[in-house]
Amino acid sequence: MIPPLIVQEAISAGINLIAITDHNTSYNAKSVIEAAKGSGLFVMPGMELQTEEEVHSLCLFDSLDQLNELQKIVDNKLPDMKNNIEYLGEQFVVDHLGEFIRREERLLITSVNLSIDKAFEIVSNLGGLFIPAHVNREAYGIISHLGFIPPNLNFDALEVSRHLTVQECLERFPQIKGYNLIQSGDVHFLDDFLGANYFNIEKPTIKEIKKALHKIDNRSYYINKSS
Amino acid sequence: MNLQEIIDNLHLKVLTEQIDFAATTIESGYTSDLLSCVMTGAKSRGIWITLMSHSNIIAVASLLDLAAIIITENATPDEATIAKANEEGIVLLHSLHPTFQIVGQLWEMGLRGT
Repeated sequence: MIPPLIVQEAISAGINLIAITDHNTSYNAKSVIEAAKGSGLFVMPGMELQTEEEVHSLCLFDSLDQLNELQKIVDNKLPDMKNNIEYLGEQFVVDHLGEFIRREERLLITSVNLSIDKAFEIVSNLGGLFIPAHVNREAYGIISHLGFIPPNLNFDALEVSRHLTVQECLERFPQIKGYNLIQSGDVHFLDDFLGANYFNIEKPTIKEIKKALHKIDNRSYYINKSS
Repeated sequence: MNLQEIIDNLHLKVLTEQIDFAATTIESGYTSDLLSCVMTGAKSRGIWITLMSHSNIIAVASLLDLAAIIITENATPDEATIAKANEEGIVLLHSLHPTFQIVGQLWEMGLRGT
């Protein structure tokens, strides 16, 4: 999944907005943004954070500066463990052409020492969007891990996984009713590309996306009918 | 103690292939349903007790070279997870009972954390 191929696949799939949300890391987001320059594809910098409760959450930002601020915090809060390439795979950092820069040696497939409340606060204060990921999933989903959606955290949206329809999710998890739901591709492989959310917005910014999620000022969104 | 004794005393169902359970020594036990805790806390050749049944438990068990996993509360791993366990040589055992009971019974048999 090197940056130029990610850009190519997205464009072939008719997608014009993607976010890079690597697990507990952001070092490759810059490379994909670079690779997308001039292509018509807008790439939003982000991260998929794993909180101490083992809940996955998408953290989306307008700028790499904001993302870098989160990265600094995550760097301090990741446990001091090394990756095990044999069992957990490589953690490469690459440039905009996909050329090797370095290996990330710290274990990223683990929890960051931040509660979901704290993580939500940090991302919100940085001007980002914090969206609990694949809330319907048993593994790393907020409902499975906390038992409920914390009522004190005003999530702008919840993400449901692409394996069910939104309707099926609502039936199985009635507690998600009332939240704005998005259904992302959660793309891990090139041949797996899917675009599911359509945003009617003026430009691809966090502010615009929030308006669309809450259907304010004529901004709106919908999920691809085929899901 | 060996795995056959554990299987017999706790009336566990074996989900993976038959191996020589009597020849498999279990040196310690660990329980947690947070993978990140297991990665730091469980000991090699130990037995892990959890109510999780998704395929990520196999990756963690392989990484730590655990001997077996007891999946509690009647949670049922899917075929793909069982196949992966067979590939990796991780024994998957199943119980209807809650983790508390299983851990208590193992403690009574003399199993400890280290």
